[in-house]
Amino acid sequence: MSFALDLLTYVAVAAGAFFYLAGTIGLLRFPDTLTRLHALTKADNLGLGLIVLGLLPHAGGVADALKLVAIWLLVMLSSADAGQLIARAARRAMRRGEPPAP
Amino acid sequence: MSEFLLAAAGFVLAMTALGLVRALRGPGDADRMMAAQLLGSGSIGALLLGGLGIGDRSVIDVSLTLAVLAAFASIAFVTFAPRDADRDEAP
Amino acid sequence: MIVDAFYAAPAVLILALAVYTTVVRGTFAASVGFLAYGLLLTITWVQLHAVDVALTEAAIGAGLTSLLLVRASHRLRESEAAIRAETPGLPLKLAAGLVAGIVGGGIALAVLTLPEPAPTLAPQVAANLAATGVGNPITAVLMAFRAMDTMLEAIVVLLALVGVWSLAPDRAWGGRQGPRYNADPDGILAFIARVLPPIGIVVGIYIFWIGADHPGGKFQGATVVAAMWLLAMLAGLTDAPPIRRRWVRALLVAGPLAFVAVGIVGVYAAGTFLGYPPDAAKALILVIEFALMPSLAFTLGLVMAGAPERPEEAA
Repeated sequence: MSFALDLLTYVAVAAGAFFYLAGTIGLLRFPDTLTRLHALTKADNLGLGLIVLGLLPHAGGVADALKLVAIWLLVMLSSADAGQLIARAARRAMRRGEPPAP
Repeated sequence: MSEFLLAAAGFVLAMTALGLVRALRGPGDADRMMAAQLLGSGSIGALLLGGLGIGDRSVIDVSLTLAVLAAFASIAFVTFAPRDADRDEAP
Repeated sequence: MIVDAFYAAPAVLILALAVYTTVVRGTFAASVGFLAYGLLLTITWVQLHAVDVALTEAAIGAGLTSLLLVRASHRLRESEAAIRAETPGLPLKLAAGLVAGIVGGGIALAVLTLPEPAPTLAPQVAANLAATGVGNPITAVLMAFRAMDTMLEAIVVLLALVGVWSLAPDRAWGGRQGPRYNADPDGILAFIARVLPPIGIVVGIYIFWIGADHPGGKFQGATVVAAMWLLAMLAGLTDAPPIRRRWVRALLVAGPLAFVAVGIVGVYAAGTFLGYPPDAAKALILVIEFALMPSLAFTLGLVMAGAPERPEEAA
């Protein structure tokens, strides 16, 4: 049982770290603001979600495990909203012709 | 296991901090804000990994605080960003 | 090896960010650098096992400083180009570098010449912890052994608000702080400003509550609650109260006054200002904490709301 849980931690945390890597690559390499935003909001939700999943066996109690899940839900809520809001600000800036095309 | 979690924490932190190159290059303020947003969620991940890696469970509360406030900078950014000549747009 | 890398990574990144924030042109880019700096500092405090400080940095850095800096950088936008055009001459640059170098070198020297092991009062705190009735030694220091400092801090926050209020133009004196924010009531900002504050207030009160025995406390909790209030203001769901109202003044001073009152009780009950009789220590600490938490949240929220700029009736 403990071996299975450890395996879950290794796999989920490694996958989570991979999605953070993907988010950074997207943020640095994608061609314009809105595609970069897409990479960012997808990646960090999934990255943190997998890390939380991997850490659940190490939380040491039901209360702490619930807090971990709450952290993930809060970040999803914040990230989705921040993505919408940043996209809006980016569109306004584009209309003004503000940022030069990268 | 502990070493693995610490290594993962360092990796996530280094990766998301690398995203700050976007804050350096821009071009727009929205791109800079995104870099901060990514580092915000990366810090939460790194804190949880590192904290549980060194066996300190009180980091969960620090992460919880960061998670509640995760969107705050972006909200401030959008509220105070210039918003001329787009009255037609329903935000 | 891996453990060393985990400890070294934030330190290296913080130094790089310090350089970036200083060198970068454009106030918004610098603000983003400072936000990132705050996040890394939070991780560093955890690594140093100073979780209480990490919690403060997380709440203040992510909640209040972000608002302050983003808003300031927006206000400076118009004058930014003019300031950039004024390039300082070489002598000025050299002088500034020299001063910064001396200060930085002095601090580095002070840290390096600290005696080993560093002087500490931690054993005394641990020995007398039981007398205070609280389980978190940081709270014991803040509320019992150095309660005077904490009382003055609470009053300093109030003085900061007086400073903000003093920026009011005559016609707005007694009126409401900051602009009236108009967001679409069906928009995404109004949505998150409805969903997040109930959760955030619970988290803030939780952080306040666990401060007795675990990292946490009223400053951190009050900061989170204040941030939630500001979020509702930014979304136009609520407005800052007119500062001439008597209940506003009463709520602001209630916490600090309770602190002073407990201090005076100490003169008679324990022979010294802010002294606690041993069997009543925990109760008196709780009185202060419960009185201070709402006042602090209210004060911090109003400090961040900005200078009064609207007469009351123009709500």
